[in-house]
Amino acid sequence: MANAAQPTAKSDERVKEISAFRNALIRPELGGIVGTVAVFTFFLLFAFDSGMFSSQGFMNWSVVSAQFMIIAVGACLLMIAGEFDLSVGSMIGFAGMMIAIFSVTYGWPVWIAIMATFVLCTAIGAFNGWIVVRTGLPSFIVTLAFLFILRGFTIFLPQVIERKTIIGGIIDVSEGDWLAPVFGGKILGGLFTWLGEAGIISTFERGTKAGQPVVDGIPMLIVWAIVLIIFGHVLLTKTKFGNWIFAAGGDAEAARNSGVPVNRVKILMFMFTAFCATVFAVCQVMEFGSAGADRGLLKEFEAIIAVVIGGALLTGGYGSVLGAALGALIFGVVQQGLFFAGVESSLFRVFLGVILLGAVILNTYIRRIITGER
Amino acid sequence: MTTDSKFHHVDPKADVQPIIEMRNIEKHFGRVIALAGVSFDVRPGECHCLLGDNGAGKSTFIKTMSGVHQPTSGEIFFEGKPLHFDDPRDAITAGIATVHQHLAMIPLMSVSRNFFMGNEPTHKVAGISFLDKKKADEVTMEEMRKMGINLRGPDQAVGTLSGGERQTVAIARAVYFGAKILILDEPTSALGVRQTSNVLATIDRVRKQGIGVVFISHNVRHALAVGDRFTVLNRGKTLGTATRGEITPEELQDLMAGGQELAQLEGSLGGTV
Repeated sequence: MANAAQPTAKSDERVKEISAFRNALIRPELGGIVGTVAVFTFFLLFAFDSGMFSSQGFMNWSVVSAQFMIIAVGACLLMIAGEFDLSVGSMIGFAGMMIAIFSVTYGWPVWIAIMATFVLCTAIGAFNGWIVVRTGLPSFIVTLAFLFILRGFTIFLPQVIERKTIIGGIIDVSEGDWLAPVFGGKILGGLFTWLGEAGIISTFERGTKAGQPVVDGIPMLIVWAIVLIIFGHVLLTKTKFGNWIFAAGGDAEAARNSGVPVNRVKILMFMFTAFCATVFAVCQVMEFGSAGADRGLLKEFEAIIAVVIGGALLTGGYGSVLGAALGALIFGVVQQGLFFAGVESSLFRVFLGVILLGAVILNTYIRRIITGER
Repeated sequence: MTTDSKFHHVDPKADVQPIIEMRNIEKHFGRVIALAGVSFDVRPGECHCLLGDNGAGKSTFIKTMSGVHQPTSGEIFFEGKPLHFDDPRDAITAGIATVHQHLAMIPLMSVSRNFFMGNEPTHKVAGISFLDKKKADEVTMEEMRKMGINLRGPDQAVGTLSGGERQTVAIARAVYFGAKILILDEPTSALGVRQTSNVLATIDRVRKQGIGVVFISHNVRHALAVGDRFTVLNRGKTLGTATRGEITPEELQDLMAGGQELAQLEGSLGGTV
């Protein structure tokens, strides 16, 4: 190719050859890959016979990881575009509550309730983004305000309308609805029945479900997580728009000078983050059959932590959706794994703090390598 | 005094039609008159230096040329036709590219991603438009080699390039995307000796392709090294345009400073300014 055509091209003697190790270091996913290997090694060694790697245990931490992944994808793209959204957790609670109010209290068909919630929540996301780009205020402050505003409404609305803070009965109203199973259903049930019959995965031995496999399908939550990860990764690395996301977060002014519509990119990313939060909320509401005013608490931080463990820079312009997904996987595996291993669950927070600090320090070091700063 | 220059200079021909001609441009900001009648033109293949001390109106003037500001009065002719720029995009579309000293490149992004930022090549796969990374990488490597920069690879981050190399990437990018006029805003002011000479060599290379270069500087020696014509701004007015060979560095320096005091200072500084 082009490089080979000019063998005489002399290299600058002051630029040291970059070793393969350092080259691997500047991949944003590196931290996530190392962490994933470490975490799985640890639990395979210390919790192998605890049931964590049985089909049921596997599904247990997969679902928890998938939850983190869904919100991490949105938070990741937004962070690369140079902004934060601290209202993700409140948005989850708010979206769930709106679905319950629309479908249970107002009696709307569930599919209309779900769609109306998606429209409402992405519009709030767009409003968040619009305020950020118009005022030039840090998104940290703007979305912190929405953290309280949305949480306040999530507690206020059901109390005024239904005189309670948890609205149930969603499973009954979603019976026969065509859109509800897209979030609350399971796929590949037949495959798992076959796997159970073939003796590959364990089956219930007693009771009404005797003979059925303990895992009866893959929840749509996991399917959504995988779809969003693939979408986010392709969007970021393989499209024109992905280049704009990097540019908007790397240096908004330079991007504008080159004709990148920075404001549009940022607002769209706020909308995508809100969309991901709503997906999370709908799946949760369909699974639990109820919406609670306290749902989604602290999720915004968990999303940000997963993204940072996945190698994204807090300052924007650098990161990877695959890394964020691995960060979410580490998160889910450790949270559930500590439970399987019988470790006191409060230690999970200690672990979280330590791994977050480690990840940030590693990322700062990596950035120095990329930019050649000292 | 021009004999020390290693660059090949074209003879600016008066009969060649200018790419852009700006006549009697005035720009007022409220009660402040930033530009009080500036005339300036750029011909294909020349490097026209715009000199002036801080506050002389250089920045306001090039912002008018690149569509950021609209002139209060005065006329702009682009390739002989009167033209009005509403915003910078109009100017970019017309072929006027501005390379800013700092705000051009994103250090964390690769050279190839920077090179095509805002103008990404795409190809369709199954009806969806994807980034054509292969093309972007090949073009980037090719253009960089033309400019004399050997990259390790198209994925090398811009942050690892030196200041002069970053300027060169920005210039190569503007040229690749069809700039007819290249405005370089103080491209050498933050650079070392060697990097400066690299950038000046790049300007020379670009000029030979028939692109008109506007080189803004307050360093007379850098301007004289590549400039074909020199226009000095002082307090919002043109103090005249001189052709290469008509003017000495001392005269240019005097014009920029407004003449008087520097002449006295010169004695004590021994011509080092």
